[in-house]
Amino acid sequence: MTDHAPAGTTRPPPPSPADAPRSGSGSRPGQGVYLYAVTPGEAPYADEPHGGLPGGTRGDLRGVGGGAVRPIARGGLVACVSDVPLDQFGEEPLRRHLEDLDWVEGVARAHHAVVETLAAAEPTAPVRLVTVYTGDDQVRNLLDRRHDDFAEILARVAGRREWGVKAYLRRETARPAATPSEERSAPSPARAPAEPEGGGPGAAYLRRRKESLRGREDLWRAAAERAEELHAALGRLAVASRRHRPQDPRLSGRSESMLLNGAYLVDPAREEEFAAVVAAHSDRFLDAEITGPWAPYSFTMIDLGSDRDGGVR
Amino acid sequence: MTPDGLPPFTPERSPGRVLAAEGRLPPERVALVDILDRLLAGGVVIAGDIVLSIADIDLVRISLRALLGSVRGTEPFDPLGQPYAERREGEDDRYGW
Repeated sequence: MTDHAPAGTTRPPPPSPADAPRSGSGSRPGQGVYLYAVTPGEAPYADEPHGGLPGGTRGDLRGVGGGAVRPIARGGLVACVSDVPLDQFGEEPLRRHLEDLDWVEGVARAHHAVVETLAAAEPTAPVRLVTVYTGDDQVRNLLDRRHDDFAEILARVAGRREWGVKAYLRRETARPAATPSEERSAPSPARAPAEPEGGGPGAAYLRRRKESLRGREDLWRAAAERAEELHAALGRLAVASRRHRPQDPRLSGRSESMLLNGAYLVDPAREEEFAAVVAAHSDRFLDAEITGPWAPYSFTMIDLGSDRDGGVR
Repeated sequence: MTPDGLPPFTPERSPGRVLAAEGRLPPERVALVDILDRLLAGGVVIAGDIVLSIADIDLVRISLRALLGSVRGTEPFDPLGQPYAERREGEDDRYGW
């Protein structure tokens, strides 16, 4: 965490009664309203300002920069927000901060922690990272105008959980012969250069190398087919499925090729079967692992841009 | 509140051994890359409603791409690109040996 990370030290006003829901415009100088997620619910009672948040969280749920998470209720929906300083989340500061992976990580983890807490208690529609409004009134307007969209999303994810499945090529089958130094300079199998036939130690080496590449290409294809089968089988069990892009090895920390980075929205009754399918596909070709349960991030993708009709993608 | 919401995940309730083995990690132990997969390519996008343009996803996309491309290596990593299924053809070099 760097010194300009969203730590509580940079947030001038400590938690106070001012964190309670405000009935006015909700717009305060220097403060933005960070939206985490929308959940079903009613307006809190006046003597219980955080009553609109899921039971158990009460007023102690903290979000980005340590800000208290509070509800903004409207029409059977609750927007879960916290105040953030615009000297960090204003357009120009944000542009700078987004170049700083430590800052991004701090915000992402704080966002995720809030969403996790909410999703553990009730249906939750997470909002894309860094969605900031100038005041509570804007958030209320959002809930008014997009009520039906949110209701549709929440109905779809209610009672279901998202699971992630990542499948990697098994290293031991992937790299049977070559040394690490060869690996680095080796082109992908499909681009192996054409080498001359004939005698000589160089040609023999090239032939061996070609056979080795061909063998590994076969293994790769077999593993990729298994990954496709796995995704299809999981998709049949899931209410909905989606593929994320394979993760960059520099970020995943694993050098093996990722063949599947899937997300699946699963009914609880199918979770056991789901886990069994993943286990059955972890074999000598594939190393498949489950992540989650996740809040339904991957299945609440809806673009509520004002110039479009929206609609679930 | 809706009492029919999902109860918190607990190992006792886990329906299968694999799921039980995975469990729910505390948020601070979840891999950042798994979080970013979801936070940058999932969730509700409300671009048109924000007065501040800071929720413009293009801004996040461009900045992160530049960040990860410059800091982590020469090849840009695009966490917000097209889903894998739409890009597989001709992408084999992503799986270099």
